[in-house]
Amino acid sequence: MMTTVKIAWRNIWRTPMRSLIVISSIVLGIWAGIFVIAFCYGLNSQRTMNRIESAVSHIQIHHPEYEKDFDSKFTIENPITLEKTFEADPEIKSYALRSLQLGMISSPIKSNGVQIIGVNKAQEKEVTNLYKNLTKGSYFETKRKNPILIGEVLAKKLNVRLRSKVVLTFQDNENNIISGAFRVCGIFKTQFSKYDEGNVFIQNSDLHRLIQSEGYHQAAVLCYSIEQVESVLSRLENQLKGATIKDWKKVAPELAYADEVMETWLFLIMIIIMLTLIFGIINTMLMAVFERRKELGMLMAIGMNKSKVFTLILMETLFLSLVGAPTGMLLGALTIQLTSETGIDLSIVGDGLQSVGLSNIIYPIIEPKFYFLTGVLVFLFTLIAAIYPSKKALRLKPTEAIRTI
Amino acid sequence: MEIIKTTGLTKTYRNNELEVHAVKQVNLSIEEGEFTAIVGPSGSGKTTLFNMIGGLDDITAGTVEIAGTNISSLNENELIDFRLKQIGFVFQAYNLIPVLTAKENVAFIMLLQGISEEERMQRSEALLKQVGLGDKFDSRPNQLSGGQQQRVAVARALASKPRFILADEPTANLDSQSTSTLLDLMAEMNEKENITFLFSTHDQRVIDKAKRIITIEDGKIIKDERP
Repeated sequence: MMTTVKIAWRNIWRTPMRSLIVISSIVLGIWAGIFVIAFCYGLNSQRTMNRIESAVSHIQIHHPEYEKDFDSKFTIENPITLEKTFEADPEIKSYALRSLQLGMISSPIKSNGVQIIGVNKAQEKEVTNLYKNLTKGSYFETKRKNPILIGEVLAKKLNVRLRSKVVLTFQDNENNIISGAFRVCGIFKTQFSKYDEGNVFIQNSDLHRLIQSEGYHQAAVLCYSIEQVESVLSRLENQLKGATIKDWKKVAPELAYADEVMETWLFLIMIIIMLTLIFGIINTMLMAVFERRKELGMLMAIGMNKSKVFTLILMETLFLSLVGAPTGMLLGALTIQLTSETGIDLSIVGDGLQSVGLSNIIYPIIEPKFYFLTGVLVFLFTLIAAIYPSKKALRLKPTEAIRTI
Repeated sequence: MEIIKTTGLTKTYRNNELEVHAVKQVNLSIEEGEFTAIVGPSGSGKTTLFNMIGGLDDITAGTVEIAGTNISSLNENELIDFRLKQIGFVFQAYNLIPVLTAKENVAFIMLLQGISEEERMQRSEALLKQVGLGDKFDSRPNQLSGGQQQRVAVARALASKPRFILADEPTANLDSQSTSTLLDLMAEMNEKENITFLFSTHDQRVIDKAKRIITIEDGKIIKDERP
C-alpha cells in the first residue's frame, strides 16, 4: 500500500504546474465556500441578536387570550408571582414587564399607527438595548410629565424633534377612547427601520394612569445565553400554568426560519462550489490518464489488477484534494479569525442592510461542524471525480496502451 | 519440459467488412531453458503471436497452454494473476515507472505478488547487481541510459520468478554496445540459470545469439531451425 501511495504522490508532481493549478482552484473554492458560510452566519446571527436585544428578548409571556386579537383587557395574572419565579431561576438574567396598547400617534401635521409599549425603565434597561439605541435625547431622564421615546424614522415622518409634543390615542380596557399628550424625550434608532416606525415607548406608570389599570400584557425574559433558553422555557412552562410562554423562535418565527433557509442555501452553495471543482479535477485526472496510458497498460500487462489501478488513480485524485482542501480550510479559518475581530464594513450599503435588520459591520462566524462537513463533501466529491478517469484507465487494453508511443 | 504450447492459434481482426488474419493456425512448442527468437518482417504477426502467448490479446481460435494451463479458460482477473506469476515481460520501450527508482521498479512486481518488504529489497538489489547496475539502485529511469533502463526491465521481469520471459523487440531502441551487453547478460542467465527466453525481433544481433529461430510470415510459421 505504501508503494502505491508513494507512486500516487509522486505521480501528481510529474506535472507540477498542472497539479498546482488544480490544487489552487481547490484552495480558492474551499476558502471562498468557508468564508461565504461564515459571512452569512455572521450576518444572520447578528440579525437575530439585534432582534433579541432590541425587542424580542429570549422568552415572552402573555395571557393566553391576549394574542388572539390583542385585546388589552387580557393582562398577565399574578405579576408578583411571575416576578418571584423569574428571580428564583438561576438562568434568567433579567426580565421586564410591559403594558401594550395599539393606537395612533399624532403630531400637528401627521398621524401614524403604532404599538405603544409601556415599560419600567429600570427593568427594560436590563432586557433590551433601547437606551443604547438613543441617537438623541435621554432614556426617560426628564422632569417633564409623560416622556416618550420614538424612532428616528417615525420622528421624520411626523416631523417632530426632541421636546416636541405628540398625542397618543388608544382604547382602554373598557374600549373607551383615551388620549394623552406626550413630550418626545428621546429618539432611538435600531437596526430595524420598520420596528422604529411602528413602536413607541412610554413609562408603565404613565400608561397605567391613563387607562386607570395596572395590568401587564407582556413579560420579556432574557437568559444569560441563548443556549439556556430551552431549559428556562421548560421550567417556566411547568411553573406558570395558564400563561402562554414562547421562546424567541416562536415570537419571531422569521428569525428561526431564516436560520433553516440559510443552512440549506449554504449547503447548496458548497455543493455548487464542489461541482465546479469536480470538473477541474476530472479534467486534470483525465489528462494524467491519457498521458500515461502506455505506463498504465504496462502495469496491467505485468500483473497489476484492476482494483489496484483504480486505487492508484483514486489516490492521485485524493491527494490533489487532500493538499487543496485543508489549505483552503486553513486560509478560510485565518480569514474568519481576522475579520471576526475587525468586522467587515458594509456601511456603503448601510441603509439597505438596516431595512432588513442588519448592522453596517458584519462579523463572520462559523460553527466547527462546517469544517467537518466541508471535509466530508470534499472527500465524497473527490471519490466521484475519481470514478470517470479510473474507468477510462480500466478500459485501456494493455496491448493497445503499450503500443502507444 | 514443455513451457509453451500453442495449437491452431489464430487471430483475426475485423477491419470494417475486411477480415485480417494476423496469425493463422500456429502450432508451437517451447521447452524449458530455450533461447528462442521469433523473427519476421514488420506486419508478419510476431507481436500478435507474442501478445496471445503472453495473455495480453484475445485468441480468435486455438489454444495457448503455459505449463499445462490453457490460458483461454482463465477469466480476466485470473489471467492478470497468471501473468504476474508465470510470465516476465521486457518491452521495446522499457516501460519503467518513471517516478520510482531502479530498485523500486524491480521491487514493484514483487509487491504485487505480496512478497515481504525485506525479501523485495534483498532480491531487487541482487537482481540489479546481476544485471550490472549495483551502483544505480536509487537512480530514476530518466537518470539511466536506454541500455541501463532495459537492464532494469530485465531485472524486473526476473523479479517475479516467472516460467519464461517474453521480450518484444528488446534491442530496438538500443545502440550496439548496449545491445551487446544486454544480449550477453540474457544469454548468461539462460546458460547458468536455465531461464527460458522468447524474443520477438528482427535484429540480426539477437538472431545470432538465439539457439532456436522461428521465422513467421503472413501469420504463419515458415521456418523453425536450431543453428
